[in-house]
Amino acid sequence: MSAPILSVSGLTTDFETRDGTLRAADNVSFDVAPGEVLGLVGESGSGKTITGFSIMGLIEAPGVIRAGQVLLKGQSILGLPDAKLRALRGDRIAMIFQDPMMTLNPVLRIDTQMIETIRAHRDVSRARAREMAAHALELVGIPSPVERLRAYPHELSGGMRQRVVIAIALMLEPDLIIADEPTTALDVTIQSQILFEMQKLMTARQTAMIWITHDLTVVAGLAHKVAVMYAGRVVEYGGVDQLLDAPAHPYTLGLMQSIPSNVPRGQRLTQIPGMAPSLLNLPKGCAFAPRCTYATETCQLAPDEQILSDGRRVRCHHALGGRT
Amino acid sequence: MTPDTPFKRFVADYISSPTAVIAAVGMMVIILAAVFAEIVAPQNPYDLATINILDGSLEPGSIGFDGFHYWLGSDEQGRDMYSAMIFGLRISLVVSIVAVTTSVVIGLTVGMVAAWRGGWVESVIMRIVDIQLSFPALLVALMLLAILGKGVDKVIIALVLIQWAYFARAVRGAALVEIRKDYVMAARCAAINPSRILFRHVMPNCMPPIIVIATVQIANAIAIEAALSFLGVGVPITEPSLGLLISNGFGYLLSGRYWISFYPGIALLVTLVLINLVGDHLRDILNPRMQR
Repeated sequence: MSAPILSVSGLTTDFETRDGTLRAADNVSFDVAPGEVLGLVGESGSGKTITGFSIMGLIEAPGVIRAGQVLLKGQSILGLPDAKLRALRGDRIAMIFQDPMMTLNPVLRIDTQMIETIRAHRDVSRARAREMAAHALELVGIPSPVERLRAYPHELSGGMRQRVVIAIALMLEPDLIIADEPTTALDVTIQSQILFEMQKLMTARQTAMIWITHDLTVVAGLAHKVAVMYAGRVVEYGGVDQLLDAPAHPYTLGLMQSIPSNVPRGQRLTQIPGMAPSLLNLPKGCAFAPRCTYATETCQLAPDEQILSDGRRVRCHHALGGRT
Repeated sequence: MTPDTPFKRFVADYISSPTAVIAAVGMMVIILAAVFAEIVAPQNPYDLATINILDGSLEPGSIGFDGFHYWLGSDEQGRDMYSAMIFGLRISLVVSIVAVTTSVVIGLTVGMVAAWRGGWVESVIMRIVDIQLSFPALLVALMLLAILGKGVDKVIIALVLIQWAYFARAVRGAALVEIRKDYVMAARCAAINPSRILFRHVMPNCMPPIIVIATVQIANAIAIEAALSFLGVGVPITEPSLGLLISNGFGYLLSGRYWISFYPGIALLVTLVLINLVGDHLRDILNPRMQR
């Protein structure tokens, strides 16, 4: 495998709140290779988005990155001065947000927003930037891109808007794209179209991508690797096939069992009992233990990461390797 | 059919209320009359050569020595009240519009910076705003004019110093909401210059409430200026605004020469009502909570 584009190790991000320190990302590590898609999976509040923001250098007070290393093509980008970080953002790393209705500024035309992004990074003329923008729209499958450029966001449908957002992210051919649930707000047919287009572009350009989602079915079809997060920690990390075929962490198993299509009609879905814990008040030891059917006395101690025979990393005393 | 640009939609929404349309047309007439005062007014009340002191204090409808028809009567000096009102309106409008525009610019800048920077910068700015707004506007204006002295420019300065705080507070509120929206985060992810994000992206989204407040504040500024002039600390006697005209006639009010105060008062009232009608309707359209 080629050298990773992004290598995150031991990333720890805290939020200093009035009620104490909240560890939103705890010792998060993963690699993403060129052309590879990493699915970052977890419930709401499990630290997926914070991990993305930490990589982008967008953590603001009261948030602090406590420890860890983020290497982009071998170069450390944590703690870079603001000016250097700005040069990276949008250019080498791009981010796509969840809701296309909110990501585009409602009062500015599409072309204004695209051209200013190009010109923030490339020393090109307005006319050239406009051509680049039209080309980017064409790439994501927007018909008659030149006319669409003159539209305001509210004149486009949700799917179109998300395509525009994706076009803005792809426009400058970044090395890494962090996509934060970009298809959640779209209906299923549009979702699959957009997934298809993105996959095509990623492979063609060898762009690395982190796909933040809670939807395991999307991950199954799109990602090469998966990192499952729970309460700020990566509890299982490995290749998508091994991980989904034989989940090693009880939490991963629980997530998979709650996908409706796995269960015959009329039968109750298996749920994960209980609720995700508050990050301010994490249970001692394994954070998942109170909800886990496999939990025993040993789970009072925080499990260390263990590496399974297929290269997967799991944080569990009772790793289910091969048991299912 | 939904109209295709935000502006067309805005116009379509606006004309849906006949009252507001009438108010807007009335405003246009008043503004045009003020702008083209030299053409509209039958007499130039500043031109001493055309004014005859023998025509002083004529009743409405009288005809002067030279055959001039005083529809709304004349004042002590023989000035045609109708002409004086149009010129007075011009001064009232200029003072208020210049003052409000300046206040909007200052308020926008200060409010946006407060919302963006946060922390102690925001606290200091907003406390100054709070202190400013806790004093009655007229009292502050009186104190300022006592220090600054008389003059159109001084009145404008006093009005700006009163009004910027309203805009700063409103802008900060609107900007705080906008800054937390995803498009700002997206713009930051695209590494667009922060000042550009602030003024190009956030500011236009904060404009709707500001437009409404500005309209109402213009009416307010006219009223405050009239009050100040009435009290004798406002515009100088050489540039009479509506307020000063009312003040001039005040002494004659009980002697039966009601028209010297009465008609400028009516003009002031009508202007304020029209502006407020337009402002109210703008608020209804631009209020996102009332959007259909």
